Amino acid sequence: MKNLEDLEKKINSELTTKINNTEIKHNQIYIETDKEDIIDVVIFLKTNQDTKFRQLVDITVVDYPEQNQRFEVVYLFLSHEFNQRLIVKYSIGENEVIPSLTNIFPSANWMEREVFDMYGVSFKDHPDLRRILTDYGFEGHPLRKDFPLTGHSEVRYSEDQKKVISEPVKLEQNYRNFDYESPWEGTKYIKEEIESNDKKN
Amino acid sequence: MTKKIKNLNLNFGPQHPAAHGVLRLILELDGEVVEKADPHIGLLHRGTEKLIENKTYMQAVPYFDRLDYVAPMNQEHAFALAVEKILKIDVPIRAQYIRVIFCEIGRILSHILNVTTQALDVGALTPSLWGFEERETLMTFYERASGSRLHANYFRAGGVHQDLPKGLEEDIAKFCETFPKIINDLESLLTDNRIFKQRNVDIGVVTKEDALDYSFSGVMIRGSGVPWDLRKSQPYDCYESLDFKIPVGKNGDCYDRYLCRIEEMKESVSIIKQCLAKMEKGPIKSLDGKISPPPKAEIKQSMEALIHHFKLFTEGYRVPKDEIYTAVEAPKGEFGVYLISDGSSKPYKCKIRAPGFSHLQSMDYLIKGHMLADVPAVLGSLDIVFGEVDR
Repeated sequence: MKNLEDLEKKINSELTTKINNTEIKHNQIYIETDKEDIIDVVIFLKTNQDTKFRQLVDITVVDYPEQNQRFEVVYLFLSHEFNQRLIVKYSIGENEVIPSLTNIFPSANWMEREVFDMYGVSFKDHPDLRRILTDYGFEGHPLRKDFPLTGHSEVRYSEDQKKVISEPVKLEQNYRNFDYESPWEGTKYIKEEIESNDKKN
Repeated sequence: MTKKIKNLNLNFGPQHPAAHGVLRLILELDGEVVEKADPHIGLLHRGTEKLIENKTYMQAVPYFDRLDYVAPMNQEHAFALAVEKILKIDVPIRAQYIRVIFCEIGRILSHILNVTTQALDVGALTPSLWGFEERETLMTFYERASGSRLHANYFRAGGVHQDLPKGLEEDIAKFCETFPKIINDLESLLTDNRIFKQRNVDIGVVTKEDALDYSFSGVMIRGSGVPWDLRKSQPYDCYESLDFKIPVGKNGDCYDRYLCRIEEMKESVSIIKQCLAKMEKGPIKSLDGKISPPPKAEIKQSMEALIHHFKLFTEGYRVPKDEIYTAVEAPKGEFGVYLISDGSSKPYKCKIRAPGFSHLQSMDYLIKGHMLADVPAVLGSLDIVFGEVDR
């Protein structure tokens, strides 16, 4: 369908309960669904004559550590035929395993491996779920918000052992994340100190 | 007596001139026929997305230069557009033309590199010597506008960093007159060359269906006969007002992709010419002091400008809570930025969609059943740059 509003109506009427919420902004449709329904939704979007989202552009995850359902999984789709973009999302908890799209879109393979590598989200029925971007033997999931920017270990050549070794990061000065909310308060730890002093008084 | 035959595993890279960077490709060979290819990537992973989450919007721009480092400004463009759409600011018309000119220069830079090095991989030395001379000229244009040949850091949300220096427009116009002859020279070496055709025709064929399923974009999908170019189908900046054609291939093999790239270079020259003709004097970045820094002279005079300058280079500008996916037609395909802002001056999340990532993924599908000698030819025509694949 050429028109975004028509498409939104079509998706809502065909998928009914499988869709939790739809929204149109920035000339794209944002759809919220559930983990259980994602396969059905994707198959519908790919095969239906009025949607034809034939291409999976990317898969990613957004980390909200303060939320109960920590991760939001995001799928980006493109329909060449109708020249439209669509974004499908759903939230999951930290240790949940989610279905893989590799049987529907072969290109999901590496995208899911990247999500697994960066966020530690596991996929069910994925043919080859290995790390992809990080080093062999890497530990942790770098794009989680609680992973430090500097990482946990660094690599250097040891003159004594005559080989490359990995050891915990040693920094002269930590990365300082300034809070600019007020020009009179500096970094976060000073702000916290001021707040706790205020409470005492 | 029967003899057991075992398949041979071959490590192609991580240091190999035809791997176009740090690719470790593990090939399973049956004689000289490739049975399976398993690319190991990530050797150039620098954690760009994590770094961007910890930098202000303005500080994030240089990271985009370091993705696809043969066409830096095209990547900056995607990020600038994403931020502009969330902030809902307009870009002055002159800035749009400047951005399009430099994006097309980036496209020529990338295509020259790809076409000539792919020719080098299949045995032709001369094209790279001729092509790189032109790249040098183009990079001096980059340098004159932005101050550096490669890592430009030139595009900003709301325009570009500074206006073009005197004489640059004339020199780019002169280049547009001489460059088509160089393309013809390159073509005279390659297009009808018997050896080049033997190495490329019917190698690495991609069907229309598979091009869609494997998330191909750019030349990889156009080579297979899908007329899809984001500059036409979802135009951004001033592409709508320009007249250009989209070359489309027929057979989806390495040779068609080569032809597409050659034609695209010619179209790029025509786009640059049109932009130069239409360009007029005017502002080159948004006049909103809350987003683009004031001119140096004004800081000495105006208190307001001084405050703007101070706030922009300490805190940076704040971007309202929103999320958006923006894509541009980079030389290698659809380069996208999925940006989530949370109202602060740093992106909450910035997912970079690199075209090379999904192209390289299909290596196993493309090369299965081909000879070992075809690996560099196919890899070359995928147009892989590890800066963007590994991010």
